[in-house]
Amino acid sequence: MTAPARITPYRDGPLLVRGPFVMCDQEGNEIEVHQRTVALCRCGRSARKPFCDGTHRTVGWRAASEPQRGPGPEPSRDG
Amino acid sequence: MPLLPAPRGPLTDDLLAALRNAPGSLPAIDVPVAADPLLDEDLQLALYCLYELHYRGLDGVDERWEWDPALLAVRARLEAVFEAALDDALAGWVPPRADPTTMDVALRAIADADDGPSLSRHLARHGTLEQFREFLVHRSAYQLKEADPHSWAIPRLSGPPKAALVEVQTDEYGGGDPARVHARLFADTMEALGLDSTYGAYVDVLPGVTLATVNLMSLFGLHRRNRGKIVGHLALFEMTSSIPNRRYATGLRRLGVRDARATEFFDEHVTADAVHEAVAAVDLAGGLVRCEPPLVEDILFGARALVELEARWAGALLGAWERGAPSLRRPVDDRQPA
Repeated sequence: MTAPARITPYRDGPLLVRGPFVMCDQEGNEIEVHQRTVALCRCGRSARKPFCDGTHRTVGWRAASEPQRGPGPEPSRDG
Repeated sequence: MPLLPAPRGPLTDDLLAALRNAPGSLPAIDVPVAADPLLDEDLQLALYCLYELHYRGLDGVDERWEWDPALLAVRARLEAVFEAALDDALAGWVPPRADPTTMDVALRAIADADDGPSLSRHLARHGTLEQFREFLVHRSAYQLKEADPHSWAIPRLSGPPKAALVEVQTDEYGGGDPARVHARLFADTMEALGLDSTYGAYVDVLPGVTLATVNLMSLFGLHRRNRGKIVGHLALFEMTSSIPNRRYATGLRRLGVRDARATEFFDEHVTADAVHEAVAAVDLAGGLVRCEPPLVEDILFGARALVELEARWAGALLGAWERGAPSLRRPVDDRQPA
């Protein structure tokens, strides 16, 4: 059995996805990738979304690699 | 196979003449004193040719010269001069503190402290097509063998950092597709801009300051003792690649270059190096420190040495262009892109 895809948030940087995986847009059209590993934008500033283009560095974006802990927003009861 | 270049001084006069003969016949070679070894034409060309014997070889030079003990002894003397000059250039630099979990932060601090001139900003906003072509000619010294100097490190690593290095290099070599090998993409870019993409075609016009940037990688890559330095070099190279490559592509489009082959190399590197940046800093450099803690200083030195030589190189190009002069030793032919 092949190992499942592995997704790693890198400190102050993108999410790296290591295969096997396929990427599709919301209509189901496949998004072509050349590499076995892709970097997905996590800072929201890439000009090549969903891929990372290194912009996080120029805007000084910060995030830890490990999951954020804390209470988070209150869930809404009204839906 | 690249031709033997023309000599640039007494050292390359003697050395290149000797290489035309059979191995085992090296006469005594004088190593002249260079005022600034990091941009000395004679010294850097000599090193470039000696290193080239380990890559693609030189046309008309017996392949056995690669491991000729007398020639290796000469190379060691030249490397001692080069390494002493690097130490001098970096004297006074205080490396950031780093451990296996903070190598990425330390390497980023080295990149962020780089106050050298920005070639990519200039080319994006103001560069002429002629300056782009000169830039490609300079870069061809490395880019036509892109990734090769760092591949020397693969057999010297083991475990996670080895896997990380191979992960990066797999992309560099096109994931097994010859058309996607980065050196091939660079050759396509050169051809699209009317340049000769033959390996080694432009060595004669490359100044010492350019050859030094490639010799640095060979010096680090060919010696196992420098495995930390070549890893640091690669990590910083990847960490400072995405954004400049985007600017180069922007500059070419601003100049109206519509041939996709001209921009594919740069476009590919924007997204590929966003991956490589993370892998090289965290998994490769951090992973190597985890395996071999004493290498932390070498990794940072290799990164800082890259910044130093790139800044000198970029300064030489921008300085020449500011004076309205070509940045190459001779202008290249003025074929325009088709």
